[in-house]
Amino acid sequence: MNFPILSSLILLPSIGALFLFFTKSDKKNNFTGKYVALFTSAVNFFLSIYLWILFDPTTSEFQFVEERIWIKDLINYKVGVDGISILFILLTTFITPLCIVSVNNSIKERLSEFLIAVLIMESFMIGVFCSLDLVIFYLFFEAGLIPMFLIIGIWGGARRVYSAFKFFLYTLLGSVLMLVAIITIYWLNGTTDVVELYNSGIDIKYQNLLWLAFFSSFAVKTPMWPVHTWLPDAHVEAPTAGSVLLAAILLKMAGYGFIRFSLGLFPAASEIFTPLIYTLSVIAIIFTSFIALMQEDMKKLIAYSSVAHMGYVTLGIFTIQQQGIEGSIIQMISHGLVSAALFLCVGVVYDRMHSRLINTYGGIVSIIPKYSILFMLFTLAALGLPGTSGFVGEFLILMGAFKDNFLVAVIASLGVIIGAAYMLWLYKRVVFGKLINTDLKQMFDLNRSELFILSCLAVPTLFFGFYPDPLINTIEVSISDLIDQYNFKLASKT
Amino acid sequence: MENLQLVLPEIFLSLSIMFLLILGVFKKNSSRLVQSLSLAVLIVTAVITFNETIGINETKLFNNSIIIDYLSSLMKIITLLAAFLVLIISSNYIKTFQIFKIEYPILILSSVLGMMVMINSNDLIVFYMGLELQSLALYVLATFNRDEIKSSEAGLKYFVLSALSSGLLLYGCSLIYGFTGSTNFNVIADQLNSNEYALTFGIVFILVGLAFKISAVPFHMWAPDVYEGSPTSVTLFFTIVPKIAALTVFIRFLYVPFLNLIDQWQMILIFLSIASMLFGAIAAIGQTNLKRLVAYSSIGHVGYALAGVAAGTNDGIQSSVIYITIYVLMNLGLFSCLLMLKRDNNYYEKIDDLSGLSKNHPMLALSLLIILFSLAGIPPLAGFFAKFYVFKAVIEQSMYFLAIVGLLSTVVAAFYYLRLIKIMYFDEQKEKYDTDHGFWLKFSLTASTLLILIYFIFPSQLIEVVSRIDII
Repeated sequence: MNFPILSSLILLPSIGALFLFFTKSDKKNNFTGKYVALFTSAVNFFLSIYLWILFDPTTSEFQFVEERIWIKDLINYKVGVDGISILFILLTTFITPLCIVSVNNSIKERLSEFLIAVLIMESFMIGVFCSLDLVIFYLFFEAGLIPMFLIIGIWGGARRVYSAFKFFLYTLLGSVLMLVAIITIYWLNGTTDVVELYNSGIDIKYQNLLWLAFFSSFAVKTPMWPVHTWLPDAHVEAPTAGSVLLAAILLKMAGYGFIRFSLGLFPAASEIFTPLIYTLSVIAIIFTSFIALMQEDMKKLIAYSSVAHMGYVTLGIFTIQQQGIEGSIIQMISHGLVSAALFLCVGVVYDRMHSRLINTYGGIVSIIPKYSILFMLFTLAALGLPGTSGFVGEFLILMGAFKDNFLVAVIASLGVIIGAAYMLWLYKRVVFGKLINTDLKQMFDLNRSELFILSCLAVPTLFFGFYPDPLINTIEVSISDLIDQYNFKLASKT
Repeated sequence: MENLQLVLPEIFLSLSIMFLLILGVFKKNSSRLVQSLSLAVLIVTAVITFNETIGINETKLFNNSIIIDYLSSLMKIITLLAAFLVLIISSNYIKTFQIFKIEYPILILSSVLGMMVMINSNDLIVFYMGLELQSLALYVLATFNRDEIKSSEAGLKYFVLSALSSGLLLYGCSLIYGFTGSTNFNVIADQLNSNEYALTFGIVFILVGLAFKISAVPFHMWAPDVYEGSPTSVTLFFTIVPKIAALTVFIRFLYVPFLNLIDQWQMILIFLSIASMLFGAIAAIGQTNLKRLVAYSSIGHVGYALAGVAAGTNDGIQSSVIYITIYVLMNLGLFSCLLMLKRDNNYYEKIDDLSGLSKNHPMLALSLLIILFSLAGIPPLAGFFAKFYVFKAVIEQSMYFLAIVGLLSTVVAAFYYLRLIKIMYFDEQKEKYDTDHGFWLKFSLTASTLLILIYFIFPSQLIEVVSRIDII
């Protein structure tokens, strides 16, 4: 493979953004800008599909590796994918065009600047998932803060400034410790190349502290209880497309980081801290589910449900079982699709009624039936009904958890019930019941672009619910190899 | 016979200063001419420095009192170029304020000459001479807008406090002379006896004096007032140019004569560094004046540069030089933005004056956004790499506490940079500012922004430039 496909994936959105920057589009409709952005991200999506087709799932080696000298004698620019990362790249390239289609209704001013921010964001996110060097990873991981800060701050709701600051400072605070850890790893091993580090291992004396430093960054980003409080604020204030990006992709960076770095680089420390992760995950699942139950703001409810879902993800990762980690990845993909869809669903009614409060709505099923059907589908996917992708993920995670720790698995399973409770109750209050608020009668059903977006999200949700094989095939070998490596390193005490 | 070629830049600069002074006195209304000639002199001196000295090995002149090596040549070139840009982008400003006089560029040249002597010094006397030459010029510059009471206050404050610190420094020099019998750095290094505790006092006094000049906490009190009171063009000079020379002297002074006493001064330096980083970050939060804010932010940045010096390795020194170079670049951009906040012959310097800038002047706001994120040290901008190299050098010496405090204070500092961005991008717009800025102002803003933005594509170049610095 000579064609640098991964670099193209990273660069293409940025080039699109640069193009947008230099095109002065008509202030009234911003048509050109939108089509440029859509075109770029769509090309990127097809490119990533092509990548998936070329991808060889029978090996856990990194594929499509590109390596260039970047900072001489210090850091090489190195990217590559394996089974763990490729699905996240697909998710990113899939969600971004949908976000761009969705801006029709929600973004009223400075559209082309918004699109630039989204495209640059896409570049950074793809970069996170395919970088094979810790410094490059950190670079992309942190750089994503800039566009997201602007997206929340410029196009957000009433308390946008507070939320944007909270989001930025929280994540930055978490990440700086990771930077210390990365430099320490460089000092210990003389390289930050992930593949070399996998092979050489990291001195066991330092692993615990390094693990904690990485953890501080990932825990904030995941977000895990008790550092999750930035998420509801950020979600509530962000514009719909921003919430979608945040929920669907940004949160996955941390889950990915846990698998790639915490498990891959620090097996001994991961073993030691597994109880910590279990505890925090279980608290996240139960506690934030209860919080979600009591929310009156739809976006906030979904935000808290995200925290709970990410609780399953972290739980699954640290079971170090084939099913657990597979489940976590599928759960992340599924959550990416479903939470994106749910935020879009909220966005749809918000654009019409300008209210996110649950008690504004009620009885809209007869007014906007198409919407109600799709909303139903995603509600069920979010609570993990069999036949949707949410079920596959949750089921595998719990299966892994039962193998590893019975008590934790039982408590986590109880979370599923609460999850069902808050999602169904939300649906009941919004869609069913008596139509009290007469303003709702003026609502019109999904327009073409909304229908298109939600259907695009519904198809994979159902498809992978019934037939998760393509996903599992892709990740299977990489994960089993990761676990073998993990156990091997643990046994040989390196 | 000494090789005078190597000090040609200094000789040329001094002769030019004298010539310009005479020219200015005898020719009426020659401020424009003197200004242009000064700019030419700075460039020519930089070129001479580059041609004559950058390639040569370490050479000592005049009874070993002057050292010409790669570090000094590099720092001199940076100083000269920075001074050139500072002078050229502030020309509109000084015209507006009726301080467009022949003395202005000449004072800047003299202060640059002082800095060059400082950078070259390998002897306490030479070093002190250079320091005083640059300081005296700076006192006058601070009060240059003499009809403005704030400017006079700034100059006086600076003069009194700076004189005090010079006194301390001189006292430190005399202590060291008393214990080692020489003022020459190399002789001092040979004569050092680490059991002499009074010698440590000497080092401490000199460090205090230097910390004052570079405005490191706890010797920073003058900086905010002086920065606020001085004309913006002079503030720009203050924040950028003297720091380069002071940092070089820090490096030279600590690593040539006192390398063996590293255990003793390292603690002091770590303290200075941590205090500056934290204080710079926390104190800037409450500021409402942009120039004061820049003052605190530069205090913080000095802390990071000193962290590299504290590491005690060549890597650390190189990272400090990289840091200061990138810092110069960022501050040039920042001040170019500040100098663009002009409406009807009035310059605005309150934070609120940035309000809604992104709607009225999208490109200016975008540049400032990039510069501010870079100052906050967010990747992939140049400011991140500056911090990265410094902390890499620090962590390699296992100084984790310094690294962690430093990185945590970047988070605090990020807050006030974000606040500026918030005001520009999230707040309501105000009246428009003028857009008829000079070519050089636009050039310096565009160039610094672009360099900051695309630094990550070519990060090796700067490293290669500094990698030849070899002090230890």
